Amino acid sequence: MKKLPLYLFLTAAAVVMIYPLLWLLGASFKSNEEIFSTIWFMPEDIDFNIYRHAWQTVTPYNMGHYFLNTFGIIIPKTIFAVISSVLVAYGFARFDFPLKRFFFALLMGGMLMPSIVTVMPSYLMWSKLGFLDTYIPLTLPSLFACEGMFVFILIQFFKGVPREFDEAARIDGCGTLKTLFFILIPCIKPAVVSIAVFTFLWTMNDFLNPLIMIQSVEKYPLSLALRLSVDSTGQGYEQRKIITMSVIGLIPSVAVFSLAQKKFVSGITAGGLSG
Amino acid sequence: MKKRIYRNPVGVSRYTGLLLILPFIGGFLLFTLYPFICSFVLGLTEYDNIRPPEFIGVQNYRNMLSDDNLLNAIKVTFGYAAVLVPLKLVFSLLTALLLSLEIKGIGVYRTAFYIPSILGANLSVVIMWQYLFTSDGLVNQFLEIIGAAPVSWYGNPDSAIFIIILLRLWEFGSTMIIFLTALHNIPKEYYDAARVDGCGAVRAFFAITLPQLKSVIFINLVLQTISALQEFNAPYMITGGGPLRSTYTLGMLIYDEMFRYYNVGYANAVSWLMFVIIAIVVFAMYGVTGRLREDKT
Repeated sequence: MKKLPLYLFLTAAAVVMIYPLLWLLGASFKSNEEIFSTIWFMPEDIDFNIYRHAWQTVTPYNMGHYFLNTFGIIIPKTIFAVISSVLVAYGFARFDFPLKRFFFALLMGGMLMPSIVTVMPSYLMWSKLGFLDTYIPLTLPSLFACEGMFVFILIQFFKGVPREFDEAARIDGCGTLKTLFFILIPCIKPAVVSIAVFTFLWTMNDFLNPLIMIQSVEKYPLSLALRLSVDSTGQGYEQRKIITMSVIGLIPSVAVFSLAQKKFVSGITAGGLSG
Repeated sequence: MKKRIYRNPVGVSRYTGLLLILPFIGGFLLFTLYPFICSFVLGLTEYDNIRPPEFIGVQNYRNMLSDDNLLNAIKVTFGYAAVLVPLKLVFSLLTALLLSLEIKGIGVYRTAFYIPSILGANLSVVIMWQYLFTSDGLVNQFLEIIGAAPVSWYGNPDSAIFIIILLRLWEFGSTMIIFLTALHNIPKEYYDAARVDGCGAVRAFFAITLPQLKSVIFINLVLQTISALQEFNAPYMITGGGPLRSTYTLGMLIYDEMFRYYNVGYANAVSWLMFVIIAIVVFAMYGVTGRLREDKT
């Protein structure tokens, strides 16, 4: 039992880490007085009515509308990101080609490029092309393996698969792409899942890009809808609505994380990011 | 000159790989190189996004020297990064050391520490954070219980930035996971050998763990510094840059110049300045932490 102090310490630290989120969940059921008079997260009574009100939001559309918008961005983006990152990583991990080292250096260098430098000219570019206020600026770049980190993680995973697999497949008549889809991808599934989950969560969290590219409230994703609600509410009852909306807004991320948690954490810890 | 030999399986062209990475090449040209050059060129102009840009040379850069707002933003942003990044790295490393112990139920703790960094950038959480620090919010209620004086977090230039620092510190999970993975990859034999030689835990940490983590420390340092220098969401939502511009970061300034005042040329010049600053910082770190491990692709 000499590990007891360690467990106590870890538990206390974990509670501190998670408490704000519990508090947020509890606060969504509380009255204003209750929120600001006790630090205990459990509400006195649980009344789901506030959730019905919050679902209507303080904007012209309800939460369902914003969820659909968000998924309209996330689904194509995730598919694009997975396909393009896998192809590019496959190229780097399994083939030799002219200027390989140069392109790899570009990939690594691109990760260090601060997005705030590129975001203004990108805005101007999309505006010239007439694609502002559409989801194209938010989704299309994913088709081009724009997240160097993903490619990097996948390369590490590809390297973990013995080359004999490829050779065996080739002898059996599999071409380059067939080998990838039928032999390699099943071997690196945790990494592929991690990338899909990361894309989902990051897009859920993205704020600056939609803020710049999307103007009409009708097309707002969840994050912008939340900001709009914060900006247009005063004190009092409406504040609770904001808190409840925030809780609702977290549900997709929490759900996806819990569902994928096992594969996901193994995907990021199994050597992918060890450099 | 020796002719380069491409090591590919029989029957595979040396262009197959190139074909596969084509999306990346296209993406790099379109979404990194083009905006990068564009930003530089626009930085030399005066442009309001309506009338055609007018070339003014380095005037934008000259104007920066006398722009109080910018000098303040640089000071705020660097002060913020200088406090946050070392704290976050030390914190992540220490936690990773604890969580690398092979004890029962450790997975639950790993998840608990990781969750805030997954959700932390979500606007919902940013809004929650804002409520935690109001005058009668959770943090002040807690301070009252332990007998400390409540703090006027938003009213005070020195404390407002700490709201943001604490938020980002709370999200140390992603840095921690990277350390955890690296710790996992250090061969156990090193520690066994050290123990045989009578080396204590603390010495083993400095003699084995730290040197083995060198490249990962570098990666974390660079990634965290870059993201700290770009901070935008949290000050934009939580403090609005105030009070007295004490949380007005470079990211917010670029956004304001571009979308509030329509100084497109100036906004791009500042973006470029930021790129140069980040490049210098990264190179300096590269020099200090030593060469990144040679990558064997």
